[in-house]
Amino acid sequence: MAWLAGQLVATLAIASLLVFWVLRVLPGDAATVALGMNATPEALATWRAEHGTDRPLIVQYGEWMAGLFRGDFGRSFLTGNDLTPLVLDRVQVTLILVGLSLALALAIAIPLGTLAAIKHRSLWGVVITGGSQLGVAIPNFLVGVLLVSFVSVRLDWLPAGGWVPPAVSLTEFLRHVTLPVIALGTVQAAIITRYVRSAVLEVMREDFLRTARAGGLTYGQALMRHGLRNAGVPIITVIGVQISAMLIGAVVVERVFVVHGLGSLLVDSAQNRDLQAVQSIVLLLVALVVVINFIVDLLYTLLDPRLRLAGSVV
Amino acid sequence: MFRSSHRTRLAVGLVTALALAGCSAGQTTTSPDVGPGGVRTDVIIAVALEPVNLDFTTTSGAAIPQLLMNNVYETLVKIDQDGGIVPLLATSWEMSDDGTEYTFHLRRGVTFSDGRPFTSADVVASFDRVQTHWIRSQLTLPMAVVDHTEALDDYTVRVTLHRPSNEWLFSIGTLLGAIFPAEIDFDKMTEAIGTGPYVVAERQQGDRIVLTGREDHWAGPAPLRQVTFRYITDPTAAVNALRAGDVDMLLTTGDRIAPLSNANFQVIEGTSNGEVLLSFNNRIAPFDDLRVRQAFAYAIDREAVMEVASGGFGTLLGAMVPPTDPFFEDLSGMFPFDPDRARELLAEAGYGERDAGLEPLRIAFDVPNIGYATTSAELIVSHLADVGVNATIRILEFPLWLDQVFNRHDFQMSIVMHIEARDLMTVLQPNYYLGFDNSVVGPLAAAADAGSFEEYVEGMREVARLIAAEVPGLVLCLSPNLIVADPALTGIKPNAVTESLDLTALSWTK
Repeated sequence: MAWLAGQLVATLAIASLLVFWVLRVLPGDAATVALGMNATPEALATWRAEHGTDRPLIVQYGEWMAGLFRGDFGRSFLTGNDLTPLVLDRVQVTLILVGLSLALALAIAIPLGTLAAIKHRSLWGVVITGGSQLGVAIPNFLVGVLLVSFVSVRLDWLPAGGWVPPAVSLTEFLRHVTLPVIALGTVQAAIITRYVRSAVLEVMREDFLRTARAGGLTYGQALMRHGLRNAGVPIITVIGVQISAMLIGAVVVERVFVVHGLGSLLVDSAQNRDLQAVQSIVLLLVALVVVINFIVDLLYTLLDPRLRLAGSVV
Repeated sequence: MFRSSHRTRLAVGLVTALALAGCSAGQTTTSPDVGPGGVRTDVIIAVALEPVNLDFTTTSGAAIPQLLMNNVYETLVKIDQDGGIVPLLATSWEMSDDGTEYTFHLRRGVTFSDGRPFTSADVVASFDRVQTHWIRSQLTLPMAVVDHTEALDDYTVRVTLHRPSNEWLFSIGTLLGAIFPAEIDFDKMTEAIGTGPYVVAERQQGDRIVLTGREDHWAGPAPLRQVTFRYITDPTAAVNALRAGDVDMLLTTGDRIAPLSNANFQVIEGTSNGEVLLSFNNRIAPFDDLRVRQAFAYAIDREAVMEVASGGFGTLLGAMVPPTDPFFEDLSGMFPFDPDRARELLAEAGYGERDAGLEPLRIAFDVPNIGYATTSAELIVSHLADVGVNATIRILEFPLWLDQVFNRHDFQMSIVMHIEARDLMTVLQPNYYLGFDNSVVGPLAAAADAGSFEEYVEGMREVARLIAAEVPGLVLCLSPNLIVADPALTGIKPNAVTESLDLTALSWTK
């Protein structure tokens, strides 16, 4: 535990250094973007002094870090507003989107992947494998655009975009969230289906499963009792990686469906050279990914007692 | 293939289930706001650029005045759809014979949205603040001619100028003349208190700004109870929102019109102040040579460029003077598309094929990553190739473009839209990125500005003609002001004569 927590802190420290310094190397000046093409040099200098971008970098980094320890992301260069409530609001949107998409992806992928493995020699297996192949090949923004033009524009069933928080109206929330979740979730489902299939296939060839069958269990019972748990470790690994991919994939889906999540905030901030916002969002994304990996590691030890033992030895 | 249709059916089934769940709960938030006679009283408008805050006095960009001018903040005079100057908060005004004193008679019975009465003290404070509190930029220059502003009584204001200026009277019809309360006891970044028919009611950063209509506006209750600006950056998503009925009106670009024109929408095309300029760095070779600049003007088929960049919408111009300016003159025929003439001029300047003993011309073309710029650039390069010029496109992210091209003048040729009203002389300042030597036209323009209105118009026409012949940059076209809207919406102003998206006449017919 302590080892993992230490790893988490070290990763974040290194990431914060990288993010901060790499952004400072980027050409393009926030003051010019904020004040526009016609600002005088004096106005630009005043702006830089007000926003502290003319101070030594080490001081700026120190202040950013000090703020983060207080739970304060700082002020946006552009709007002058506190970033903390804004970022927390946006991260909520992205997490809801990613969470629901993941749930949809798993609800599709686990039964289909298992079915594809069990029936891998029959037509069903081939159909599922082929379908998932197609899903892997289609980028999620394309699914999004197709859904909008068909479901929203042609059929007029659901809104083409926008976001209503569940606290405001649950039904409106569902109407707005359905298409983005399908766009993000089905593509992930296709990818995860393939991993589930191969993990289950792998397990099915194991000796212990044959032994279980010999002990009188049916194929399904053997798989349920001994197989899925063993297939779980590689599947959990892939899900961990895919959640990170979905956080990034959400950037594009948010754009297509005009959902104002962390991704769109990141893109807008980068375009406006609002470095204060960019570095905080990137670090938050890094933290999320690190935490997800941390949880995945914990799940390993739950699923596989051997890893628990190995962990204690280390 | 049939696998994919299977998947689609599955997805559609899921969607149907959720959609039905949504309907059965009796949701009301999407039902439109309806007034007496069953006519809707709310409008949702999709706009691309979101204001970062509400204070255009310290923050640049077109998005803030687009939302607030005319709708929330008003001005003494207003620029009408033809570019004329008409009364708004001033019912009339007189100019002294020497043109340095303006006396404005203010409208009575006007109140700010917080109930404060509007008087001459508000005008004096607002004009003074442009000098003392606004960010200083080229754009505040027209107000620099003001010597002082004084209140003669509660409803009469006298403005004394250092010198006569035609530009000044126009400029106070733009955001520079916005009237704020004399005492600003609110945060201009987050609140807006003006005399206009609408007030800012709600702001969800990254998503929308909601204006509500005032019942107590001096011209009568606002025609709409609620106007929502939805900020949708992605143009495809914006078009889809209109087609799905999520928004009623959309400001868009020419390349997006095609899929909308056969649907049941009204498409309104007007003029804007946005000139798309192919800019040359006049300081350095080869563009320090007039023959090269003129050759480029002959070589590029601007009509074809406009077709590609904005679906054929827009206006061809010879100089940066839109048709709504009083001194507009059609100069678009000065350099007709003529590749042969371009080759001749280039050869005179010493550029051409090596076989002919000339030097092949290679130039770097720095293009910001903005839709109209990147699409036009490809075609321009092919037109230049036809006359033997080898131009290499380098795409720059916009902040990088600002840094390299605009601030450091490190470029040969570039392309960008200049959106300010009456920006002809701004762009030609010698320290501007074009590096144009304005020693001839500068004094002419200053003299025109100080003359009578007729002298102003004549003088500026002369200036525009001289500039067009010098080709400091090539005006590719005037960007159209394109609005696609529900056919039942009326009162849409086609021309964007200032930064404002003027909603004061917008309403529903049914």
